[in-house]
Amino acid sequence: MNSEKKQSSIAFVIGASSVGTLIEWYDFYIFGMLATILSKQFFPAEAGTAALLSTLAIFAAGFIVRPFGALVFGRLGDLIGRKHTFLLTLVIMGGSTFAIGLVPGFKTIGWAAPIIVLVLRLLQGLALGGEYGGAATYVAEHAPAGQRGFWTSWIQTTATLGLFLALGVIILIRSNQGVENFSAEWGGWRYPFWISILLVGISVLIRMRMSESPMFTKLKSEGKTSVNPLKESFGNKANFKMVLLALFGAVMGQGVVWYTGQFYAQSFIETVCKIDFVQSRNIMLVAILMATPCFVLFGWLSDKLGRKWIMLLGMFLAICTYRPIYKEFIAITSAKNRTQIVDTRLTNAGPKIPLIDAKDKHKMYIRHVIDTFYTDGSVFKYTITDTLIGFNELGVDRPINLMNPTLIKYKSIKPNVVIEKTMGKSATWDIIWLVFIQIVYVTMVYGPVAAFLVEMFPTKIRYTSMSLPYHIGNGVFGGLVPFLGTLIVEFTKTTEKPAGDVLAGLWYPIGVATVSLIIGIVYLSNKMDKNVMD
Amino acid sequence: MNSLKKILGFVWMILAPAIICFLVYEAFVKIGAAKPTEKANVILQWVIILIIFTPISFGFFLFGKYAANNEYDQLPTSSEDLND
Repeated sequence: MNSEKKQSSIAFVIGASSVGTLIEWYDFYIFGMLATILSKQFFPAEAGTAALLSTLAIFAAGFIVRPFGALVFGRLGDLIGRKHTFLLTLVIMGGSTFAIGLVPGFKTIGWAAPIIVLVLRLLQGLALGGEYGGAATYVAEHAPAGQRGFWTSWIQTTATLGLFLALGVIILIRSNQGVENFSAEWGGWRYPFWISILLVGISVLIRMRMSESPMFTKLKSEGKTSVNPLKESFGNKANFKMVLLALFGAVMGQGVVWYTGQFYAQSFIETVCKIDFVQSRNIMLVAILMATPCFVLFGWLSDKLGRKWIMLLGMFLAICTYRPIYKEFIAITSAKNRTQIVDTRLTNAGPKIPLIDAKDKHKMYIRHVIDTFYTDGSVFKYTITDTLIGFNELGVDRPINLMNPTLIKYKSIKPNVVIEKTMGKSATWDIIWLVFIQIVYVTMVYGPVAAFLVEMFPTKIRYTSMSLPYHIGNGVFGGLVPFLGTLIVEFTKTTEKPAGDVLAGLWYPIGVATVSLIIGIVYLSNKMDKNVMD
Repeated sequence: MNSLKKILGFVWMILAPAIICFLVYEAFVKIGAAKPTEKANVILQWVIILIIFTPISFGFFLFGKYAANNEYDQLPTSSEDLND
């Protein structure tokens, strides 16, 4: 009976903590996922200051502010307690997310719009930096010894489920409203932000019912809490050495595997493989749903085998298989490997529509859409935009000038071709499995990491000490995967090969994970600290 | 294993400043190659990257230094060991 009561109490702790953390991840991701629409709504079209603010809002909050949030709220959590601190982070996150949905567009309030959005985005980053460490610490300090990996793994599912929730809500609203209504100034893109306040309200009510962590309460009653957690975490050499080891030997590698499996994969199938917006997100949704139970599996397994080797095996498999997996993405989505239904293609060639250049009204283009059907059910849509060419008196090709329409004929110098692919059933499943494999790696490195970090540091400075390496590893090393991956591809572009090596971007996560793997193998211990009460 | 930890410590100590030198070099190249309309944005991106990675590289250097001094040969077994 007593054991049953204990189980239901820990289940409540997990449930209440996880719901709040999931909502924080959801809030953080919807901004990134709607970045294209947000930049159109809150920033003027021309480059310059607007692009700078946009970069700061999306870049800075994601990478710089999270570790600062870890320091600010970690310190607070070690001083006043876990419960009140992560209640505060939840309210800040929910409030700022809801407020983003209320900010009028650039058209209405001008420069105030991007500045308010930037401030709110920075608040989101700070709150997220404080939330995770608190939730993981809180759950671990409630969990019985020997089951810490299992119970904290539920918290680990929240980052992925937050991504799932954000993807699901956006797709649902977008498909109900249509692209145009969704993207309007007061359109459907605001709903995911507004929904947040409801979710946060429920979560705050649940969290208010929670009690403080038993270990922190004990320390407080004995007057043994830290007076200066920052100094004791990073000014104490013995503890600081463990912070560095946690960062370079585990969390750095975990961060790049996490972001490659869930963000780079989605970006790659959409921008390189050209799979259409909705299908690429559906692929992610199914793969995430299938792989999520593995977080709990590997968390549980880490209680039996130790944390180290499960996390390092995940990194090792990622290092060895990333390039073959991404090569396979290209092969599966290539036109070369499928049989075209020629007659259907001919009947689906759309009309040639003349267009006037939005910026230079003197220029004209002609747009032509061709649907190409394949026997496996795949449809590749080619949108070809040609420049209409006139010949002037000297006989030199130039774009047509409407003010002087001496049109003779048109031909293309270099047509712009946009491809959008909708894959057939079998190819879609092949891609889902490849994404699924990568998310299984994510669950291997991420499932045990909360228990691993909690066991590394003493109770009185745990919140501060574990939050900083976690947010540098994930926010900085992981968060930079898309940017640095794209940058590396740019390095490989030459005049002979203008597209460059599209797989080169993988060298960043592979390189970081390799260094982390070596450090982990050589320096980390697989021994679990059974006593986290000290 | 302890001698391997020590040797690798020296590798990390060399790697840390090398990474920063590489990033500074790339920053100059990319900023130089940026179009005038994009220049301010490219500068901002690289300044952010350098601000973030410089302290991390310094931390990596320290990690290497501690490893080279055999300070990771014996990991703490309890929180008592984490007190200076």
